[in-house]
Amino acid sequence: MGTIQTNVTGDTGEDLALVQAAREGDIGAFEQLLKRYDRNVFRIANHITQNREDAEDVVQDAFLKAYQKLDQFQGNSKFYTWLVRIAVNEALMKLRKRKASKTVSIDEDVETDDGFVPREVTDWSPNPEQLYKQAELSDILEKTIQGLPSGFRTVFVLRDVEGLSTEETADALGLSIPAVKSRLLRARLQLRERLSRHFKKKKSNGDNAQ
Amino acid sequence: MKCSKFLNELNDFLDGSLDSSLKAELEEHLTWCHNCHVVCNTTKKTIEIYRENQVYELPDTLRVKLQTAIISKCKSSKSKD
Ligand SMILES: [Zn+2]
Repeated sequence: MGTIQTNVTGDTGEDLALVQAAREGDIGAFEQLLKRYDRNVFRIANHITQNREDAEDVVQDAFLKAYQKLDQFQGNSKFYTWLVRIAVNEALMKLRKRKASKTVSIDEDVETDDGFVPREVTDWSPNPEQLYKQAELSDILEKTIQGLPSGFRTVFVLRDVEGLSTEETADALGLSIPAVKSRLLRARLQLRERLSRHFKKKKSNGDNAQ
Repeated sequence: MKCSKFLNELNDFLDGSLDSSLKAELEEHLTWCHNCHVVCNTTKKTIEIYRENQVYELPDTLRVKLQTAIISKCKSSKSKD
């Protein structure tokens, strides 16, 4: 079984050159960074806030903050990771404002252990993407991931969807590496469990079923 | 190897970051354990399907609007210093 390839997002060396140029006043260089990562930031913000308007605000606030703090970017992490950390913080602040109650953190309701033991053990149809139209599929994927506890969801999104490494995810979320690993495993298994209800092979119907 | 041990190592197995002897043990487990085989296979597909079908795509018109707003805010924030 082949392993999963990590999403490649931008070129680190190129990013650093753009950051350098932007620091020296080249707004066009910053615009290139913006165009490179705005879609990622928008998705991450949506996953955290679960609110489209908030996500739009987060994109604006995060890039503006990144621009203003560009001199403080150390270059010992990737620009993308640094940007994601800013965006995650902005998104959590939005969430706090909206909930207007006690602290909201990435640690919210992740202590339950359910979902760890797989229950659905039917293989999926050869190509689940062909069972549904694109819009239906998007809907299933969106609702399924929304149902995860936010602490699991955010780890899954950063690590598996947006291409951060385990270390970078830990860094962006202020979590330890073991915490990221354990949340990632549970997130993957819970999503798998929930998606299986939609994608599992249908029994019988003539073909080679026995 | 028990199924619970297999599950604990599943992440590193899928990410290809296991040392070769442990990897061989997991592969051996997969040859006879149907449940873990299915769980492994469908977990891999879960990750792939979320990568290939991004939810919350930024629509082009909104994207242009946001980019314009951000760049103009950046410019005016600079002139204030
Ligand atoms: Zn097993």
